[in-house]
Amino acid sequence: MSEYLVNIENERLSFFTPAGEVKALNGVSIHVGEGEVLGIVGESGSGKSVTAYSLMGLTAYPGRLIGGDLYFNGHHINEMTEKQMRKMRGNEVSIIFQDPMTSLNPVYTIGNQIREVILLHTDKTKKEAQERAIELLTLVGINEPKKRLKQYPHELSGGMRQRVMIAIALACEPKLLIADEPTTALDVTIQAQILELMMELKDKLGMAIIMITHDLGIVASTCERIAVMYAGNIVEYGTTDDIFYNPRHEYTKGLIRSIPRMDATEHTRLVPIEGTPVDMLNPPKGCKFASRCEKCMKICLTEMPPVTQFDEIHYTQCWLNQKAEMEEASPQSSGKEQAGSPAEPEQDPQIAEGGAANE
Amino acid sequence: MKTNPLSMQLKLDPDDFLPASNDEKQSLVVMRESVSFWKDGLRRLVRNKIAMVSLFFIVVIMIFSFIVPSFYPYRYEQQIKGSENLSPMEYSEKEIARKEAGEDVFPHILGTDKLGRDYAIRVMMGSRISLIVGLVAAAIILIIGSVIGSVAAFFGGWVDIIIMRIVDLIYTVPDILLIVLLSTVMKSPIEHLAEKPGFGWMQVLGPNMISIFIVFALLYWVGMARMVRGQILTLKQSEYVTAARALGASSGRIIKKHLLTNCIGTLIVVTTLQIPSSIFTESFLSFVGIGVARPTPSLGSLASDAVNGFGTYPHLLFIPALLISLIILSFNLFGDGLRDAFDPKLKD
Amino acid sequence: MLKYIVKRLIIALITIFAVATLTFFLMNAVPGGPFQAEKSISAQARANLDAKYGLDKPLFQRYLTYMNDALHGDFSESLKQRGRSVISIITTKFPVSARVGGMAVLLSLIIGVPLGCIAALNRGKALDNVIIVLATCGIAIPGFVICTLLLYFIGAKLQWLPTYGLSSWKHYIMPVISIAVYPTAYITRLMRSSMLDVLGQDYMRTARAKGLSQSVSLFKHALRNAVIPVVTYVGPMLAYTITGSMIVEKIFTIPGLGSEFVSSALNRDYTVIMGTTIFLATLMVLVNVLVDIVYTIIDPRIKLK
Repeated sequence: MSEYLVNIENERLSFFTPAGEVKALNGVSIHVGEGEVLGIVGESGSGKSVTAYSLMGLTAYPGRLIGGDLYFNGHHINEMTEKQMRKMRGNEVSIIFQDPMTSLNPVYTIGNQIREVILLHTDKTKKEAQERAIELLTLVGINEPKKRLKQYPHELSGGMRQRVMIAIALACEPKLLIADEPTTALDVTIQAQILELMMELKDKLGMAIIMITHDLGIVASTCERIAVMYAGNIVEYGTTDDIFYNPRHEYTKGLIRSIPRMDATEHTRLVPIEGTPVDMLNPPKGCKFASRCEKCMKICLTEMPPVTQFDEIHYTQCWLNQKAEMEEASPQSSGKEQAGSPAEPEQDPQIAEGGAANE
Repeated sequence: MKTNPLSMQLKLDPDDFLPASNDEKQSLVVMRESVSFWKDGLRRLVRNKIAMVSLFFIVVIMIFSFIVPSFYPYRYEQQIKGSENLSPMEYSEKEIARKEAGEDVFPHILGTDKLGRDYAIRVMMGSRISLIVGLVAAAIILIIGSVIGSVAAFFGGWVDIIIMRIVDLIYTVPDILLIVLLSTVMKSPIEHLAEKPGFGWMQVLGPNMISIFIVFALLYWVGMARMVRGQILTLKQSEYVTAARALGASSGRIIKKHLLTNCIGTLIVVTTLQIPSSIFTESFLSFVGIGVARPTPSLGSLASDAVNGFGTYPHLLFIPALLISLIILSFNLFGDGLRDAFDPKLKD
Repeated sequence: MLKYIVKRLIIALITIFAVATLTFFLMNAVPGGPFQAEKSISAQARANLDAKYGLDKPLFQRYLTYMNDALHGDFSESLKQRGRSVISIITTKFPVSARVGGMAVLLSLIIGVPLGCIAALNRGKALDNVIIVLATCGIAIPGFVICTLLLYFIGAKLQWLPTYGLSSWKHYIMPVISIAVYPTAYITRLMRSSMLDVLGQDYMRTARAKGLSQSVSLFKHALRNAVIPVVTYVGPMLAYTITGSMIVEKIFTIPGLGSEFVSSALNRDYTVIMGTTIFLATLMVLVNVLVDIVYTIIDPRIKLK
C-alpha cells in the first residue's frame, strides 16, 4: 500500500463534545499518489477539513482518532510521536488555510514568518534563509520581495497574503500540499490567479495536492480525482470525468445540478438540494443523505449502503446502485460473474477498495 | 461496521427497495428542539455548578439580612448592659441568672461588641446595608450609564465627543477624592431635604447612604456608558442590522428586535458584576470612616470598628470580613456564570 | 511620531487643567473651610488665617491666583502642616509609595501573566479551575481584609515579619503583598481570557502547521498578542498603585502619599488636595501616553495618529 504518498484507510474520528460524541468521520479512505491532485468536495461540516487536518496531526480538541490507519510517505501517522509529527509538518506536508486575513500572525513581519519555517526545518543560516525567502516570494509572484519581507500582514492585500501563505507552505518543498479552501475568502479574479499559481507550482515542484473545497468549479479545473463527502463519509469517489459526466450518487448529481452552466441552451433553473444537513450529534442509522434524497428507499432509512465499485477507481455508497446491480443480476442470475459482483462491494468498504487498489 | 456480508445477503429483500414516503424520510430528520436564547442561556446557567452554589449563598445571605432580623430577639442598636464583649455563645452573668430563673434567653450566637450589642444582628443588618448599597447603586449605574451611553452612540458627532471627554475626565480624577468631597458636599443639602415633607424616606435610609448612592451614580456610570456605547456602535455597524435596514425595518423595530436583544445579555452581566464592585467600594468607604453613618452598621464599618481591639477580639473582625468576601465572591462568580451562559463573547 | 506626542501632550495639558478646575470648585463648594473644624482657634485667629492664605477673597479670584501660581510652578504651602510646601510633601511621600507600589505591580505581573497562561493552556482541567477560583477570591477579598489578616497571623501571631514602618526589606513584604493581591488576580483573569482568545486564532494553527514546538508557538506567536489587553490594564493600574494605597499605608503605618491624600481630603487641606490631584492626573496622563507607545511596539497594526 505504500506506493501511495497518502494512504488513509477507513479513518474514523469523533469529537467528544459536552453534548455528546460527534462522529465527524465514519470510515473514510483516501489515496493520493505522488504528484497527484485530489479534490475533496462537500458542504460545511462534511468532514473534509477534518480528514486533512488529521493527516497532519492537527486535529482540534476535543477531536480524537478512534479507528483506521493513516500513512503518509511511508510514515504510520497513528504511531508517530508529537516530535516526529513536528518534523513532518511544514516540511514534508504543508497546508494553506482558508482565510489569509487571519492565518498570518499580525505582530510579525512576513519575512520573519517565512524565515521561521526555513530555519526550523533546514540547516540554513539566517542569511541563507533570507535569500530563500526572497526566492520564495518571487516564486509565488510577489514583486519587490525584499521590501515585502519587511512588511506586516496588515499591509498586504488578501490575495497577496495568500501568496505569502503559499510561500510559507512551499518553503521546504513539501511532498504534499493541503489546500483547505484556499480561495474561498478571495475575490473571484484573485481566486483564479491563486489556483493558476498553485497548479503551476505543482508542475514545477512535483508535489501532490489535496484540494479541499465546496466549489465544484475549482475541482473541475484542477483535480484529477475527486472524493465527494457527505456527513463524514465519502459517498462517491472517481476521476473528474467520472464525477462530472457519470455521477452515480444522488448527492453528487444534486451538486452538479446546482452549478450554473454557461452552455445551457434554454432558460434552465438551478436545482438546489432541498433540506438541511444531518444533525451530527444524532446521525440517522441508514444513509446520511436519505432525508434529502429524492429517490430515497425504505432500506436507505435503516441500513448504511455498501460500496458499489464501478471500475478500478470509481465507486459510490448508495443503495440505488445496489438495486440496479441486483436487477441486472437477477434475470440472468445463473453463472455469470455479475452474480458475484453485488456481493463483493457489500463487504467492508475498505476491503472492496483495497481490492481495487491492488489491481 | 454493521455491513456484515452475511446479514446483508439476508436483508436484500426487494421490498426494501420500494421508494420511501415523505413521512418516512421526515421521521429521520431529528430536529433538535429549537430553544430560545433565554431558555438556552438559562439551561447553561442552571448546569453551571459554581454559579448555582453562588446563587444559593446569595439567597441565604439575603434571607438572613432581610427576613431574619424582623423576628430576631435583639435589635441592632440595642445595648445590653452587662453583656459587653461576650464571646460567641457566651452569656453574661445577668443572663445566666435569668436563665436559671427559668427565662428563655436567646444566645448571642456571635457574641457582643464593646457596647453590649448583639453581634449577630449587627452583622445581619450590616449585610443588609451592604446589599442595598450594592443593588441600588448597580441599578442607578445601569440606568444612567445605559441612557448616556446610548445617547452618545445614537447621536454621535458633538454629543458623542463631549460625553466621551467627560468620561475621560472622570476616569482621570482619582475617585477617592471625588468620593470624599462629594459625600461631604452632599451631606447637608440632603439633611435639609430629608426634613421636608415627602422626603421622609430619606431619613429612613440615612443621608450618608443617599450621598453614597449619588456619588456612585455620578462616578461609576462612566464604565457602563462606555460599554453600552461601544456595544451599540458595533451593533449599528453589524451586517444583520444593515440587512434589517435594507429589508425596510423601521428604526424602532431595529432597536427593539436587534439592538436591545443583543445588548440586554451584556447589560445584565455587567450590572451583576457591578453589584460586588459597589459593595467593595462601600466597605472601603465605611472602613475609612466616610461610609454609612453610625449607629447603622455596614460590613465595612463593623470591620473598621473591630480593627482596634482586634488582638483581643479577632472574631469581631473576621466575621464581617469573611462575610463581605463571601458576598463579593458569590456575586462575582454568579456574574461570571451569567456571562458564560448569556454572553459568551463578552470577556473581562 | 513627534507630531503624535505633541498632540497628546496638548490633550494632556487640557485634561490636567480640567481636572484641576473641577477639583478646585468642587472642593470649595463644600460648606466650611480648612480652619472651621479647629475649635481651639478663636474667630479672630481664624479670620487671620483665612486672610493669610487668601481664603477671604472671592472664589474666582482665588482660582485665578492659584492657577497662575501653579503655572509658575508654585503650589504654595500646606494649610495644615504649616511651613511645608506642597511640593516638598509630594517629593518626600511619593517615593515611599512608589517603591511599595512599584514592587507590587512588578510582583503582580510576574505572578499574574504566567498564571493566566497556565490556566489558559489547561483550559477546563483541574489546574485551570484552581487558578480561576484563586483569582476570583483575590478579586473578591477587600484590601483591608487582606491587610488585617496578614497583620494578625503573620505579624502578630507568628511574628515572622515586622508590622509597621519600612526600615528593612522585611518591612516591605506584607504591604507589597497586600497591594499586589488584587492586580495579580485581575491580571491572571485577563491574561487567561486573552490567551484563550489568541489560542483559538488561525495564526496559531498556522504556527502548529509549520511544525513549531508548543513552547515556540506559545512564546513567540501567542504571548505577544495575548499581552496587549494586559498592557491596557497595567497602565492606569500603575498610576494608581505608585501613588499609594491609603488603606495599606494606614494599616502598616507607612508614610506614603496615599494616606496623605485621604487625610488632606478629610481635613480640607486645600493646597495639598490640589497639588496631589494635579500630580496624580499628570501621572495618569503620562502613563496613558506611555501605554500608547508600548502598544505600537507590541502591535504593528496600531499607528499613532
